[in-house]
Amino acid sequence: MAEKTKLKGLSRELIALRVASELEDGTYVNLGIGIPTLISDWIEGRDIVLQSEIGMLKTGPLATGDDVDQDLINASCQPVTALQGTSYFDIAESFGMIRGQHIDVAVMGALQINDKGDYAGWSNPARGLFVGNIGGSMDLCAGAKKLYIAMEHTTRDGQYKVVKQLSYPATAMGKVSMLFTDLAVMEITPKGLLLQEVAPGISADDVQSVTEPKLIISKDLQEMQF
Amino acid sequence: MEKVFPSIDEAIADIKDGAMIAVPGFFACGVPRALLQAIIKKGTKNLTLTCGCGPLLGAADELKTLVQKGQLKKVIDSYGLFRSASKGMEDPFEQAVRAGTIEFEVYPMGTMAEKYRAGGAGIPAFYTPTGVGSVVEEGVVTNIEANRGKKETRIIDGRKYVLEYALEPDFAFIHAYMGDREGNLCYAKTARNFNHVMATASKVTIAEVENLVESGKINADDVHTPGIYIHRMIQVPRPKFAITID
Repeated sequence: MAEKTKLKGLSRELIALRVASELEDGTYVNLGIGIPTLISDWIEGRDIVLQSEIGMLKTGPLATGDDVDQDLINASCQPVTALQGTSYFDIAESFGMIRGQHIDVAVMGALQINDKGDYAGWSNPARGLFVGNIGGSMDLCAGAKKLYIAMEHTTRDGQYKVVKQLSYPATAMGKVSMLFTDLAVMEITPKGLLLQEVAPGISADDVQSVTEPKLIISKDLQEMQF
Repeated sequence: MEKVFPSIDEAIADIKDGAMIAVPGFFACGVPRALLQAIIKKGTKNLTLTCGCGPLLGAADELKTLVQKGQLKKVIDSYGLFRSASKGMEDPFEQAVRAGTIEFEVYPMGTMAEKYRAGGAGIPAFYTPTGVGSVVEEGVVTNIEANRGKKETRIIDGRKYVLEYALEPDFAFIHAYMGDREGNLCYAKTARNFNHVMATASKVTIAEVENLVESGKINADDVHTPGIYIHRMIQVPRPKFAITID
Protein backbone atom coordinates (compact mmCIF):
# COMPACT_ATOMS: atom_id res chain seq x y z
CA MET A 1 0.00 0.00 0.00
CA ALA A 2 1.41 3.38 -0.99
CA GLU A 3 2.30 5.84 1.74
CA LYS A 4 -0.34 8.59 1.93
CA THR A 5 0.01 12.20 2.87
CA LYS A 6 -1.76 12.70 6.18
CA LEU A 7 -4.64 15.13 5.69
CA LYS A 8 -5.41 17.65 8.38
CA GLY A 9 -8.93 16.90 9.53
CA LEU A 10 -11.03 17.40 12.63
CA SER A 11 -9.79 16.86 16.15
CA ARG A 12 -11.21 13.88 18.05
CA GLU A 13 -13.38 16.31 20.02
CA LEU A 14 -14.91 17.73 16.82
CA ILE A 15 -15.60 14.25 15.41
CA ALA A 16 -17.49 13.63 18.67
CA LEU A 17 -19.37 16.92 18.29
CA ARG A 18 -20.43 16.01 14.74
CA VAL A 19 -21.78 12.64 15.95
CA ALA A 20 -23.55 14.37 18.86
CA SER A 21 -25.42 16.60 16.43
CA GLU A 22 -26.64 13.50 14.57
CA LEU A 23 -28.20 12.02 17.73
CA GLU A 24 -31.87 12.85 18.16
CA ASP A 25 -33.52 14.00 21.36
CA GLY A 26 -35.60 11.32 23.05
CA THR A 27 -33.13 8.50 22.31
CA TYR A 28 -31.21 5.95 24.40
CA VAL A 29 -27.58 5.81 23.32
CA ASN A 30 -24.55 3.66 24.21
CA LEU A 31 -21.02 5.00 23.64
CA GLY A 32 -17.98 2.76 23.14
CA ILE A 33 -14.38 3.31 24.25
CA GLY A 34 -12.31 5.99 22.45
CA ILE A 35 -13.72 8.87 20.39
CA PRO A 36 -17.35 7.79 21.15
CA THR A 37 -16.80 8.42 24.87
CA LEU A 38 -16.04 12.08 24.05
CA ILE A 39 -19.58 12.51 22.69
CA SER A 40 -20.87 12.68 26.28
CA ASP A 41 -19.17 16.11 26.61
CA TRP A 42 -21.43 17.51 23.87
CA ILE A 43 -24.87 16.33 24.93
CA GLU A 44 -25.18 17.85 28.41
CA GLY A 45 -28.63 19.33 28.86
CA ARG A 46 -30.08 17.46 25.88
CA ASP A 47 -32.83 14.87 26.18
CA ILE A 48 -30.52 11.93 25.39
CA VAL A 49 -30.08 9.09 27.90
CA LEU A 50 -26.70 7.34 27.94
CA GLN A 51 -26.70 3.65 28.77
CA SER A 52 -23.48 2.17 30.18
CA GLU A 53 -23.39 -1.60 29.76
CA ILE A 54 -21.90 -1.93 33.26
CA GLY A 55 -25.52 -1.44 34.40
CA MET A 56 -26.51 2.22 34.40
CA LEU A 57 -29.04 4.38 32.57
CA LYS A 58 -28.76 8.16 32.47
CA THR A 59 -25.00 8.23 32.95
CA GLY A 60 -23.84 11.71 33.97
CA PRO A 61 -20.68 13.68 33.12
CA LEU A 62 -17.22 12.48 34.18
CA ALA A 63 -16.52 12.84 37.90
CA THR A 64 -13.54 14.83 39.17
CA GLY A 65 -12.05 15.59 42.58
CA ASP A 66 -14.29 14.73 45.52
CA ASP A 67 -17.03 13.44 43.20
CA VAL A 68 -14.93 10.41 42.20
CA ASP A 69 -16.54 7.25 43.61
CA GLN A 70 -14.93 3.87 42.94
CA ASP A 71 -18.41 2.31 42.89
CA LEU A 72 -19.51 4.52 40.00
CA ILE A 73 -17.75 4.11 36.66
CA ASN A 74 -18.82 3.91 33.03
CA ALA A 75 -18.07 1.03 30.68
CA SER A 76 -14.77 2.68 29.69
CA CYS A 77 -13.65 2.54 33.34
CA GLN A 78 -13.92 6.29 33.87
CA PRO A 79 -15.42 7.70 37.09
CA VAL A 80 -18.78 9.28 36.27
CA THR A 81 -21.62 11.03 38.08
CA ALA A 82 -25.31 10.23 38.38
CA LEU A 83 -28.13 12.52 37.26
CA GLN A 84 -31.70 12.96 38.43
CA GLY A 85 -33.46 9.87 37.12
CA THR A 86 -30.38 7.63 36.94
CA SER A 87 -30.96 3.91 37.48
CA TYR A 88 -28.62 0.98 38.18
CA PHE A 89 -29.20 -2.67 37.31
CA ASP A 90 -27.34 -5.95 36.98
CA ILE A 91 -25.36 -7.08 33.97
CA ALA A 92 -27.83 -9.67 32.62
CA GLU A 93 -30.52 -6.97 32.67
CA SER A 94 -28.13 -4.58 30.96
CA PHE A 95 -27.35 -6.95 28.11
CA GLY A 96 -30.96 -8.04 27.85
CA MET A 97 -31.70 -4.36 27.26
CA ILE A 98 -28.99 -4.27 24.57
CA ARG A 99 -29.78 -7.53 22.73
CA GLY A 100 -33.50 -6.89 23.15
CA GLN A 101 -33.23 -3.87 20.83
CA HIS A 102 -34.08 -1.20 23.38
CA ILE A 103 -31.00 0.92 22.61
CA ASP A 104 -31.63 3.36 19.75
CA VAL A 105 -28.03 4.09 18.76
CA ALA A 106 -24.63 2.61 19.62
CA VAL A 107 -21.50 4.56 18.64
CA MET A 108 -18.30 2.52 18.47
CA GLY A 109 -14.70 3.03 17.42
CA ALA A 110 -13.19 0.82 14.70
CA LEU A 111 -9.85 -0.41 13.36
CA GLN A 112 -11.28 -1.14 9.88
CA ILE A 113 -14.61 -0.75 8.10
CA ASN A 114 -15.71 -1.63 4.58
CA ASP A 115 -18.38 -0.26 2.24
CA LYS A 116 -20.86 -3.01 3.21
CA GLY A 117 -21.06 -1.92 6.85
CA ASP A 118 -18.83 -4.72 8.17
CA TYR A 119 -16.33 -3.54 10.74
CA ALA A 120 -13.42 -4.77 12.86
CA GLY A 121 -12.58 -3.35 16.25
CA TRP A 122 -11.89 -6.01 18.87
CA SER A 123 -8.56 -7.42 17.81
CA ASN A 124 -5.52 -5.99 16.08
CA PRO A 125 -3.64 -8.87 14.39
CA ALA A 126 -0.38 -6.94 14.87
CA ARG A 127 -0.61 -7.98 18.51
CA GLY A 128 -0.17 -11.59 17.43
CA LEU A 129 -2.90 -13.07 19.62
CA PHE A 130 -5.94 -15.11 18.52
CA VAL A 131 -7.78 -13.93 21.65
CA GLY A 132 -8.62 -10.30 22.42
CA ASN A 133 -10.88 -7.86 24.23
CA ILE A 134 -14.40 -8.28 22.84
CA GLY A 135 -16.16 -6.53 25.73
CA GLY A 136 -19.71 -5.48 24.89
CA SER A 137 -19.04 -4.56 21.25
CA MET A 138 -20.61 -7.61 19.58
CA ASP A 139 -23.72 -7.44 21.77
CA LEU A 140 -24.22 -3.78 20.84
CA CYS A 141 -23.84 -4.66 17.15
CA ALA A 142 -26.40 -7.43 17.51
CA GLY A 143 -28.92 -5.36 19.42
CA ALA A 144 -28.69 -1.60 18.86
CA LYS A 145 -31.26 -0.28 16.40
CA LYS A 146 -28.55 1.81 14.68
CA LEU A 147 -24.79 1.43 14.76
CA TYR A 148 -22.51 4.40 14.04
CA ILE A 149 -18.72 4.29 13.81
CA ALA A 150 -16.59 7.26 14.89
CA MET A 151 -12.87 6.99 14.11
CA GLU A 152 -9.82 8.57 12.49
CA HIS A 153 -10.08 8.09 8.71
CA THR A 154 -6.63 6.48 8.41
CA THR A 155 -4.06 4.86 10.67
CA ARG A 156 -1.41 7.06 12.27
CA ASP A 157 0.95 6.33 9.39
CA GLY A 158 -1.72 7.11 6.78
CA GLN A 159 -2.79 3.58 5.83
CA TYR A 160 -6.39 2.80 4.86
CA LYS A 161 -8.91 2.06 7.61
CA VAL A 162 -11.84 2.35 5.18
CA VAL A 163 -11.09 -0.76 3.11
CA LYS A 164 -12.59 -3.00 0.44
CA GLN A 165 -12.11 -6.17 2.48
CA LEU A 166 -11.50 -6.47 6.21
CA SER A 167 -8.11 -7.99 6.95
CA TYR A 168 -8.72 -7.77 10.73
CA PRO A 169 -11.16 -10.08 12.59
CA ALA A 170 -14.72 -8.77 12.18
CA THR A 171 -16.79 -7.50 15.09
CA ALA A 172 -20.02 -7.65 13.06
CA MET A 173 -21.13 -7.85 9.43
CA GLY A 174 -23.40 -5.40 7.66
CA LYS A 175 -24.49 -3.55 10.79
CA VAL A 176 -22.95 -0.08 10.43
CA SER A 177 -25.22 2.62 9.01
CA MET A 178 -23.11 5.81 9.39
CA LEU A 179 -19.38 6.51 9.49
CA PHE A 180 -17.97 9.70 11.05
CA THR A 181 -14.27 10.46 10.65
CA ASP A 182 -11.93 13.44 10.95
CA LEU A 183 -12.42 13.99 7.20
CA ALA A 184 -15.98 13.08 6.32
CA VAL A 185 -19.47 11.83 7.12
CA MET A 186 -20.55 8.81 5.08
CA GLU A 187 -23.67 6.71 4.97
CA ILE A 188 -23.42 2.99 4.28
CA THR A 189 -26.00 2.30 1.56
CA PRO A 190 -26.80 -0.89 -0.39
CA LYS A 191 -24.76 0.62 -3.28
CA GLY A 192 -21.75 1.51 -1.12
CA LEU A 193 -20.34 4.44 0.82
CA LEU A 194 -22.26 7.66 0.19
CA LEU A 195 -20.12 10.71 0.94
CA GLN A 196 -22.45 13.31 2.45
CA GLU A 197 -20.18 15.79 4.21
CA VAL A 198 -16.53 16.79 4.21
CA ALA A 199 -14.56 18.50 6.97
CA PRO A 200 -13.64 22.19 6.45
CA GLY A 201 -10.77 22.48 3.95
CA ILE A 202 -11.16 18.88 2.75
CA SER A 203 -12.40 17.97 -0.76
CA ALA A 204 -14.20 14.86 -1.96
CA ASP A 205 -11.01 13.95 -3.87
CA ASP A 206 -9.01 14.24 -0.65
CA VAL A 207 -11.39 11.81 1.08
CA GLN A 208 -11.25 9.40 -1.87
CA SER A 209 -7.45 9.48 -1.82
CA VAL A 210 -7.42 7.89 1.65
CA THR A 211 -10.44 5.60 1.11
CA GLU A 212 -9.91 2.24 -0.60
CA PRO A 213 -13.45 1.57 -1.88
CA LYS A 214 -14.91 3.93 -4.50
CA LEU A 215 -17.06 6.62 -2.86
CA ILE A 216 -20.45 7.64 -4.16
CA ILE A 217 -20.59 11.44 -3.96
CA SER A 218 -23.92 12.79 -2.72
CA LYS A 219 -25.51 15.39 -4.98
CA ASP A 220 -26.09 17.34 -1.74
CA LEU A 221 -22.45 17.08 -0.62
CA GLN A 222 -21.70 19.80 1.90
CA GLU A 223 -19.12 21.00 4.38
CA MET A 224 -19.71 19.90 7.98
CA GLN A 225 -21.52 22.51 10.04
CA PHE A 226 -20.72 23.13 13.71
CA MET B 1 -30.68 -18.59 58.42
CA GLU B 2 -27.22 -17.55 59.62
CA LYS B 3 -24.62 -17.26 56.80
CA VAL B 4 -21.77 -15.44 58.55
CA PHE B 5 -18.46 -17.30 58.87
CA PRO B 6 -15.93 -16.56 61.63
CA SER B 7 -13.11 -15.79 59.18
CA ILE B 8 -12.35 -15.45 55.50
CA ASP B 9 -9.92 -18.39 55.70
CA GLU B 10 -12.65 -20.67 57.05
CA ALA B 11 -15.06 -19.45 54.38
CA ILE B 12 -12.73 -20.67 51.61
CA ALA B 13 -11.19 -23.65 53.45
CA ASP B 14 -12.82 -26.32 51.22
CA ILE B 15 -11.79 -24.80 47.87
CA LYS B 16 -9.60 -27.47 46.32
CA ASP B 17 -7.02 -27.43 43.56
CA GLY B 18 -8.73 -27.37 40.16
CA ALA B 19 -11.80 -25.44 41.32
CA MET B 20 -13.68 -23.07 39.03
CA ILE B 21 -14.40 -19.73 40.75
CA ALA B 22 -16.59 -16.93 39.41
CA VAL B 23 -15.01 -13.50 39.91
CA PRO B 24 -17.35 -10.53 39.43
CA GLY B 25 -16.39 -6.92 38.90
CA PHE B 26 -16.18 -4.56 35.97
CA PHE B 27 -12.53 -3.50 35.77
CA ALA B 28 -11.96 -1.83 39.17
CA CYS B 29 -15.60 -1.77 40.26
CA GLY B 30 -17.25 -4.43 42.45
CA VAL B 31 -14.28 -6.84 42.55
CA PRO B 32 -14.03 -9.27 45.55
CA ARG B 33 -10.50 -8.27 46.33
CA ALA B 34 -10.27 -9.66 49.89
CA LEU B 35 -11.39 -13.12 48.72
CA LEU B 36 -8.83 -13.05 45.88
CA GLN B 37 -6.14 -12.19 48.42
CA ALA B 38 -7.34 -15.06 50.65
CA ILE B 39 -7.11 -17.61 47.83
CA ILE B 40 -3.60 -16.35 47.06
CA LYS B 41 -2.65 -16.89 50.72
CA LYS B 42 -4.22 -20.37 50.70
CA GLY B 43 -2.15 -21.23 47.62
CA THR B 44 -4.85 -23.24 45.83
CA LYS B 45 -3.59 -24.32 42.41
CA ASN B 46 -4.93 -25.14 38.96
CA LEU B 47 -7.73 -22.59 39.32
CA THR B 48 -10.12 -21.55 36.59
CA LEU B 49 -11.30 -17.98 37.19
CA THR B 50 -14.41 -17.16 35.23
CA CYS B 51 -15.05 -13.44 34.97
CA GLY B 52 -17.19 -10.99 32.97
CA CYS B 53 -15.36 -7.77 32.25
CA GLY B 54 -11.77 -7.49 33.37
CA PRO B 55 -11.92 -7.70 37.21
CA LEU B 56 -8.37 -9.04 37.11
CA LEU B 57 -7.25 -5.86 35.32
CA GLY B 58 -8.81 -3.96 38.23
CA ALA B 59 -7.16 -6.27 40.78
CA ALA B 60 -3.90 -6.19 38.83
CA ASP B 61 -1.65 -6.92 41.82
CA GLU B 62 -3.65 -10.03 42.72
CA LEU B 63 -3.57 -11.26 39.10
CA LYS B 64 0.18 -10.79 38.92
CA THR B 65 0.67 -12.76 42.14
CA LEU B 66 -1.69 -15.56 41.05
CA VAL B 67 0.28 -15.91 37.80
CA GLN B 68 3.68 -15.75 39.48
CA LYS B 69 2.69 -18.34 42.09
CA GLY B 70 1.43 -20.63 39.32
CA GLN B 71 -2.11 -20.83 40.72
CA LEU B 72 -3.99 -20.29 37.44
CA LYS B 73 -4.93 -22.88 34.84
CA LYS B 74 -7.45 -20.82 32.93
CA VAL B 75 -9.27 -17.48 32.78
CA ILE B 76 -12.61 -16.94 31.00
CA ASP B 77 -13.59 -13.32 30.28
CA SER B 78 -14.79 -10.81 27.68
CA TYR B 79 -11.99 -8.31 28.32
CA GLY B 80 -8.87 -9.57 30.06
CA LEU B 81 -5.89 -7.96 28.34
CA PHE B 82 -4.43 -4.49 28.69
CA ARG B 83 -5.63 -2.13 25.94
CA SER B 84 -2.08 -1.06 25.25
CA ALA B 85 -0.14 -3.71 23.32
CA SER B 86 3.18 -2.55 24.81
CA LYS B 87 1.87 -2.72 28.37
CA GLY B 88 0.47 -6.16 27.56
CA MET B 89 3.90 -7.44 26.55
CA GLU B 90 5.16 -6.58 30.06
CA ASP B 91 2.19 -8.24 31.77
CA PRO B 92 2.89 -11.70 33.28
CA PHE B 93 -0.67 -12.88 32.52
CA GLU B 94 -0.43 -11.97 28.83
CA GLN B 95 3.01 -13.55 28.69
CA ALA B 96 1.56 -16.79 30.10
CA VAL B 97 -1.30 -16.61 27.56
CA ARG B 98 1.24 -16.17 24.75
CA ALA B 99 3.28 -19.09 26.06
CA GLY B 100 0.14 -21.24 26.38
CA THR B 101 0.80 -21.98 30.07
CA ILE B 102 -2.51 -20.33 31.04
CA GLU B 103 -5.61 -20.77 28.88
CA PHE B 104 -7.59 -17.60 28.08
CA GLU B 105 -11.09 -18.19 26.71
CA VAL B 106 -13.07 -15.22 25.42
CA TYR B 107 -16.78 -14.50 24.89
CA PRO B 108 -18.78 -11.33 24.25
CA MET B 109 -19.74 -9.66 27.53
CA GLY B 110 -23.48 -10.17 27.12
CA THR B 111 -22.86 -13.85 26.44
CA MET B 112 -20.84 -14.08 29.67
CA ALA B 113 -23.73 -12.42 31.56
CA GLU B 114 -26.27 -14.80 30.05
CA LYS B 115 -24.08 -17.86 30.76
CA TYR B 116 -24.37 -17.08 34.49
CA ARG B 117 -28.03 -16.06 34.32
CA ALA B 118 -28.88 -19.30 32.52
CA GLY B 119 -26.70 -21.35 34.89
CA GLY B 120 -28.54 -19.95 37.88
CA ALA B 121 -31.95 -20.37 36.30
CA GLY B 122 -31.83 -23.99 35.15
CA ILE B 123 -31.33 -23.27 31.44
CA PRO B 124 -28.47 -25.42 30.03
CA ALA B 125 -27.81 -23.40 26.86
CA PHE B 126 -29.28 -20.56 24.84
CA TYR B 127 -29.29 -19.12 21.31
CA THR B 128 -27.95 -15.57 20.99
CA PRO B 129 -27.52 -13.27 17.97
CA THR B 130 -24.30 -11.91 19.49
CA GLY B 131 -21.12 -12.91 17.70
CA VAL B 132 -22.74 -13.95 14.41
CA GLY B 133 -20.42 -12.92 11.56
CA SER B 134 -17.31 -13.08 13.75
CA VAL B 135 -14.94 -15.84 14.94
CA VAL B 136 -17.21 -16.17 18.01
CA GLU B 137 -19.76 -17.85 15.72
CA GLU B 138 -17.27 -20.37 14.39
CA GLY B 139 -15.96 -21.83 17.60
CA VAL B 140 -14.62 -21.32 21.10
CA VAL B 141 -12.18 -18.37 21.10
CA THR B 142 -9.15 -19.50 23.09
CA ASN B 143 -5.38 -19.25 22.88
CA ILE B 144 -5.16 -23.07 23.10
CA GLU B 145 -5.76 -24.24 19.53
CA ALA B 146 -6.82 -27.77 20.52
CA ASN B 147 -9.73 -26.35 22.54
CA ARG B 148 -11.29 -24.28 19.72
CA GLY B 149 -14.35 -26.54 19.44
CA LYS B 150 -17.02 -25.75 16.83
CA LYS B 151 -20.18 -23.94 17.87
CA GLU B 152 -23.68 -24.78 16.68
CA THR B 153 -25.78 -22.19 14.89
CA ARG B 154 -29.43 -22.11 13.93
CA ILE B 155 -31.68 -19.88 11.83
CA ILE B 156 -34.83 -18.85 13.71
CA ASP B 157 -37.36 -16.67 11.87
CA GLY B 158 -34.74 -15.82 9.27
CA ARG B 159 -32.04 -14.66 11.69
CA LYS B 160 -28.90 -16.58 12.61
CA TYR B 161 -28.08 -17.40 16.25
CA VAL B 162 -25.17 -19.09 18.05
CA LEU B 163 -25.67 -21.74 20.71
CA GLU B 164 -23.83 -20.89 23.92
CA TYR B 165 -23.74 -22.96 27.12
CA ALA B 166 -24.60 -22.00 30.69
CA LEU B 167 -21.86 -21.76 33.32
CA GLU B 168 -22.20 -23.16 36.84
CA PRO B 169 -18.91 -22.48 38.63
CA ASP B 170 -17.97 -24.42 41.78
CA PHE B 171 -17.68 -21.22 43.79
CA ALA B 172 -18.47 -17.52 43.39
CA PHE B 173 -16.64 -14.72 45.20
CA ILE B 174 -19.10 -11.86 45.66
CA HIS B 175 -18.46 -8.26 46.76
CA ALA B 176 -21.40 -6.32 48.19
CA TYR B 177 -21.77 -2.96 49.85
CA MET B 178 -24.12 -4.35 52.48
CA GLY B 179 -25.43 -7.70 53.62
CA ASP B 180 -27.54 -8.95 56.51
CA ARG B 181 -26.71 -12.10 58.46
CA GLU B 182 -29.14 -14.13 56.34
CA GLY B 183 -27.27 -13.33 53.13
CA ASN B 184 -29.57 -10.69 51.67
CA LEU B 185 -27.28 -8.35 49.75
CA CYS B 186 -27.35 -4.90 48.24
CA TYR B 187 -24.70 -3.45 45.99
CA ALA B 188 -23.54 0.11 45.48
CA LYS B 189 -24.23 1.74 42.10
CA THR B 190 -22.32 0.19 39.19
CA ALA B 191 -20.50 -2.21 41.55
CA ARG B 192 -23.50 -4.54 41.12
CA ASN B 193 -22.48 -5.59 37.58
CA PHE B 194 -21.74 -9.37 37.54
CA ASN B 195 -22.20 -9.95 41.28
CA HIS B 196 -25.85 -10.93 41.25
CA VAL B 197 -25.82 -13.33 38.29
CA MET B 198 -22.66 -15.04 39.51
CA ALA B 199 -24.24 -15.52 42.96
CA THR B 200 -27.17 -17.30 41.31
CA ALA B 201 -25.01 -19.50 39.03
CA SER B 202 -22.46 -20.97 41.41
CA LYS B 203 -22.74 -24.10 43.56
CA VAL B 204 -21.22 -22.37 46.61
CA THR B 205 -21.41 -18.58 46.84
CA ILE B 206 -19.15 -16.71 49.28
CA ALA B 207 -19.86 -13.02 49.81
CA GLU B 208 -17.54 -10.38 51.25
CA VAL B 209 -19.54 -7.39 52.47
CA GLU B 210 -18.34 -3.94 53.48
CA ASN B 211 -21.18 -3.52 55.96
CA LEU B 212 -22.64 -6.47 57.87
CA VAL B 213 -26.02 -5.70 59.45
CA GLU B 214 -28.59 -7.56 61.50
CA SER B 215 -31.47 -9.33 59.82
CA GLY B 216 -34.26 -6.88 59.04
CA LYS B 217 -31.97 -3.85 58.65
CA ILE B 218 -32.16 -3.98 54.86
CA ASN B 219 -35.58 -2.91 53.60
CA ALA B 220 -37.07 -6.01 51.96
CA ASP B 221 -37.86 -3.97 48.84
CA ASP B 222 -34.20 -2.96 48.51
CA VAL B 223 -32.61 -6.44 48.46
CA HIS B 224 -30.71 -6.98 45.19
CA THR B 225 -29.68 -10.60 45.83
CA PRO B 226 -31.93 -12.66 48.13
CA GLY B 227 -30.15 -14.77 50.77
CA ILE B 228 -31.07 -18.10 49.14
CA TYR B 229 -28.15 -17.60 46.71
CA ILE B 230 -25.57 -16.81 49.42
CA HIS B 231 -23.97 -19.64 51.39
CA ARG B 232 -21.17 -17.94 53.31
CA MET B 233 -20.44 -14.35 54.32
CA ILE B 234 -17.64 -12.38 55.88
CA GLN B 235 -17.18 -8.69 56.56
CA VAL B 236 -14.20 -6.98 54.91
CA PRO B 237 -12.81 -3.44 54.87
CA ARG B 238 -13.74 -1.29 51.87
CA PRO B 239 -11.12 -2.05 49.21
CA LYS B 240 -9.11 0.65 47.43
CA PHE B 241 -8.77 0.65 43.66
CA ALA B 242 -6.95 2.69 41.10
CA ILE B 243 -9.73 3.52 38.62
CA THR B 244 -7.84 2.99 35.40
CA ILE B 245 -7.31 0.61 32.52
CA ASP B 246 -4.67 1.06 29.88
